[in-house]
Parts: sequence; structure tokens; C-alpha cells
Amino acid sequence: MAIDTTVSPYRTGVRFRSLRGTYVREWFVRALLGGCSALSVLTTVGIVSVLFFEAYRFFEAPEVTFWGFITGTQWNPLMGAEKTFGVWALVSGTLIVSLIAMLFALPLGLVTAIYLSEYAHPRVRAILKPALEVLAGIPSVVYGFFALTVITPMLKIFSDGFSTYNATAAGLAVGILCIPIVSSLVEDALRAVPQSLRDGAYGLGATRFEVSIRVVVPAALSGIISAFLLAISRAVGETMIVALAAGSRPHLTLDPREDTQTMTGWMVQMALGDVSSFDLAYLSMYAVAALLFVITMVLTVSGNIVRSRYREVYQ
Amino acid sequence: MARHWKPACLFAAMVCGLTILAGCDSGTTVQQTATINKPDDAAVSSGESTNTSAPVTVNTELTGSIDIDGSSTVYPISEAASASFIKQFPGVRPTVGKSGTGGGFKRFVTGEIDISDASRPITAEEFQACKKNGVGFIELPIAYDGLTIVVNPENVFCKSLTVDQLKQIFLADGGVKTWKDVDPSWPDKEIKFFVPGTDSGTFDYFKEVVAGKTGSIRGGMSTSEEDNVLVNGVAGDKFAIGFFGVAYFEQNTDKLRAVPVVNPESGEPVMPTTNTIEDGSYAPFSRPLFIYLNSKSVNKPQVERFIQYYLEQAPELARQTGYVALPESIYEQARNNFLDEVTGTHWLTAEMEKRGGPVTEVFVPENLSK
Repeated sequence: MAIDTTVSPYRTGVRFRSLRGTYVREWFVRALLGGCSALSVLTTVGIVSVLFFEAYRFFEAPEVTFWGFITGTQWNPLMGAEKTFGVWALVSGTLIVSLIAMLFALPLGLVTAIYLSEYAHPRVRAILKPALEVLAGIPSVVYGFFALTVITPMLKIFSDGFSTYNATAAGLAVGILCIPIVSSLVEDALRAVPQSLRDGAYGLGATRFEVSIRVVVPAALSGIISAFLLAISRAVGETMIVALAAGSRPHLTLDPREDTQTMTGWMVQMALGDVSSFDLAYLSMYAVAALLFVITMVLTVSGNIVRSRYREVYQ
Repeated sequence: MARHWKPACLFAAMVCGLTILAGCDSGTTVQQTATINKPDDAAVSSGESTNTSAPVTVNTELTGSIDIDGSSTVYPISEAASASFIKQFPGVRPTVGKSGTGGGFKRFVTGEIDISDASRPITAEEFQACKKNGVGFIELPIAYDGLTIVVNPENVFCKSLTVDQLKQIFLADGGVKTWKDVDPSWPDKEIKFFVPGTDSGTFDYFKEVVAGKTGSIRGGMSTSEEDNVLVNGVAGDKFAIGFFGVAYFEQNTDKLRAVPVVNPESGEPVMPTTNTIEDGSYAPFSRPLFIYLNSKSVNKPQVERFIQYYLEQAPELARQTGYVALPESIYEQARNNFLDEVTGTHWLTAEMEKRGGPVTEVFVPENLSK
């Protein structure tokens, strides 16, 4: 294909033009783009500083000690003879819900990803993958109602011990929510493994199963682990499902049949205007949020470290 | 990759379409919808025809919004009022929230909303905040409620409860963990609690009756400002107990059982019914419900018309939604206060002390504190 270069004013040398306009425009574009990215960074900084500033105000209160907050197991900021702020009552709720979610989502997401990447016929994949993406697009409030009106009644068929609001139903719904995240991230990692590795293994007489499990998965392990960590931090931070289905009774328990309150569930209850904005219970929301922020940040950062440090580089 | 987009886009388009459609239906009036109109009930209890059944003339000229928020107990009444109001005035957009009496007043004292639904009278702090912010208000009692103690229908052992037993169950120093601790003949099962949040007027009222000024309610309970959450909680647990306004029980008689409360004076167990709430024998849990109107909002024609309508229809609305109408003299007084724009509360003395007693004795012009 012949390219017609004669139309370019720069090539013909006929019409020279000052570049000042271009420089100004470039500078403007640069400032605009830089400003936009600075905005998101500033927002993050703003949120984090508000979080820690308000959390600090909470810890300044005479009724609260940092040590009591971190180690206590009784969370009764609203009622009771004595107000207690022991965050483990909430952390245990978050732990049990996330644990159930991950027990459900990680194996299922991994298997789905292996199937999509290694086994599925392209035509099957073309249907399955969008279906999974639709699953990711469902608002979490819908999952919450699904947990409350479908999963819980089903659980009650198996055992009478399940409360109306319970950690298992919420955990399973969070798990369903996390499956597309896990499967699509893991699939990306699996597909990034060079075809030559698979070809080599097939050449040595390996079966498809052996290739998937012994070659592809180990080669993509860093990607898989970081996908898992991202899914965990998503589950820990999930709010709407637990607010609807897990209940609102903060207490230290690991019994998945009981109702419980997670850290995010507590924040929802406070943020919805349950208490006065000057109340200590309201401020406790920020302390819980700061703790949650630290937890998810540790998970995300370690996900990144795992991915960059342990990545197998194939040339 | 491009192939995968097609179905996803289609689905997204469908979802968008549905959302818009849904928005047209419900987004116009209220944030939350609940089935509150119970026509058969209303027909039985009222027996007389009112404006609601008469042919309505539609006025589309009146427009504007009305912001209502507050008690989830009063919510069904305000919701029913606005639902039938917009049939006559389709141009008006009332929004009814339910963030609890305290939550509603928090927005009311700053002048943010027009009407605050309240299941208890305004407190001294809230009154002072109104004064500080220059917010005047008109206090309008609109119905009686019987705060109802509910248990699971499968709980057949708890035939009635005395106020002392309620103290044992609900107080922090009550020392009760299981039903057996309350009555030795009851099962040795842990009591599960589903109660309104501390920001609700229902909780405040219950606390005042059961715990008094000095006592405190126990911790370790499931709390929610959303009464339907409490309904589901009690309905799903055989050994649960809860309490809320009688309307939420009336709507869920198939899922819940109300426990008769022993009247401290007569010693008789009394069920919350229209008669017992009205004549005060359902003691000590009969109480009035209120709406508080920002006196500046009276200048908004749509709010003025809405309150007129609300006060005209209040007895009927109260019956429809499962509550009990106040005596006609109270409504008369409320209408006069509204017309004359009488601001202030009747339930606080000049020294900012709480005033108690029957509505008919408290809601009189002499008791007004400005």
C-alpha cells in the first residue's frame, strides 16, 4: 500500500508553522492528565487522613484504650450497663464470613479458571466467560436478598440450628460474588503461561490433566496467589450482603449458624444515622474502618509483592 | 474478545431499561415501599365511608417536594398519607424516609426536612437545638400505638409477661440468659433479642418504661432501625423476643405472636387491640405518635395542603395501617394549632422537664412551651 505523503505540510516544506501552539496545547494536556491523576491520589490521601484523624479522636476518649480496643472481645457501644469497645467481636464476624466465602469461592474459581483456560472449547468459553462476567455485574444488594430469602431457607432445611440471619448464608453469597473475580484473574494468569511449556509437556506424553496441574498451575502460581489475596480483601470489605443477611449482633463466635455482625456491618449501622454524630459509638466507626483499611491494604500489598517477586519470567 | 461483549452489552441494556421502568413506578413517591394498605381491615374497623372512597378530583397544579423522615413506627401512616395524597395531587413529590425518630430529628433541627415523624415527644436537647438553629415547629399527635412485645408463634409457653419479667429479660442487671431463668416452667433455651436501634423512639419509650431513668438495657442484642428486619428475626427463631409498633405486628400476624402484657394496676394480662390501646388498659405500653412540622414549611403550599389532608385523614389512616385513632378532640386541637401556627411542644415543661400522662391531659394549650 502506497502512503501518500504529499499532503503532510511538514514533508512538503511549503507551509511552516510555529510550534508554539502545539507546545501550549501539549502542556495543557499534560497538566490536565496530571491533574486528573493527582485528584485520585489526593482523594485517597484525604480519605485515609480523615479515617485516621477521626480514629485518633475515638482513642482520645477516656472510656477507650487502644489496647482494650485491639484485644477486647465485647462490643457494646450502644446498650448495656457499661460501654465496651472490644473489636474482636466484629473481627470474628468478618473472619467467619470471609472464611466461608473463600472456602467456597477459591476452589470453585480456580477450577473454573482451569477449565476455561485449558479445557473449554473456544465456543463454550465464548458463552461461559460472559456469563461469569454478568455474575460480577449483579449488585451486591441483590446477593444480600438472595442470601436472606433463598440460601437461609435452604440451610434451614438441613439444620434447625441456623438463625434467620447467619454467617453461613452471608458467607456463601459473598463467595458467589467472589467467584468471577477469582476465576477471571486466575484465568489471566494461566493464559499468560507460554504455549511452549504446554507443548513440551504434551511432547513428553503428559495428559491434559497433568499438563494443567503439574505445569500450568505451578508456572502461574504467583498470579494465582495474588488473585486469591485480592479476592480475600474483596470479601473482607464486602458490605451490603453482610448488612442484609449476617445480622446485627456483634459477639465473639466462630459458630457459622449464628447471627453475627462484621466490621462493615457495624459501619453501615452507624452511618445510617443510628446515633448522634458526636457519640462515641459513631466515632468508633472510624476506628473500625481504619483497622479494616489496614487489613485490606496488607492483603493488597502482599498480593503485589507475591506477584512481582515470585513471578516466573519466561522469554 | 469482541465477541464476548455482545451478550454482556445486551444484558446491560436490558438491566438499564428495567431500572428506568422501575424508576418510573416507584421512584416518584417513596424511598421504601411496604404494603400498608389493608382495605378489608379498614372496612371492618371503620364502618363509615370517608373521602378516600369518594371520587377524587385531580389537581395537577400543585407541585413541589415534601421531605419527611423519622420514626419507622410512624412511617406506615405517613406513607399511606402520601400515597393517597398524590392521587389527588400527582404533581407533588413526597419522600418518606425511616431513619428512626432520633435520626429524623437530627435532620429536622437543622431545617433540612419539612416533617419529622416521631414515636416519642421531642426531647429537651432536640428542642434546644431547634431554638439554636431558629427552627420553629408545630407538634401534631396523629395516632395511638401499642408497643407490642412479640415472640415466635411456635413459642407457646410464654402466655403473658409482667413488667417485672420484662425488666428481668431486658435490663443489663436482669441476670437472665434463658427462658427458664424467667420462669422455671419454661424451656432452658437462650433468649434471642431483636429490638429497634437506640435511635428509635420505640427503643426510647421502651427504655423509659422498663429501665426508668437510671437503669440500662442489656447489650448483646440484634438491633435494627428497619422493623421488617426485626419481624424476620423473630419469625425465624423459635426462642426469640422482640418489640415494635403494633402496625408491624398487625401486618405479620401469621409470622408472629403478640404476648399479652400484665397491666400493673389491674393485674390482668392485656393484648394490644384497638379497644385496649384506646382506653389505656394496654398499659404501660400505649403511647401517642406524632408528626412535627417545620413552621417555615407551612409557607410551601404543597406542605400546607399535605398537612391539611393528613390531619383530615389521620383517624382513617391510623386504622388502615393498624394503629388506633386518637379522640376527635385531640385532632380538633391539632387542626387548630396548625391553622394558628402554634409552635412549641406540650410534652416539655418550661424547665425542660418531661411531662407524662394521657394525651388528653398533656395536649392542652396551657402546657405549651415555646
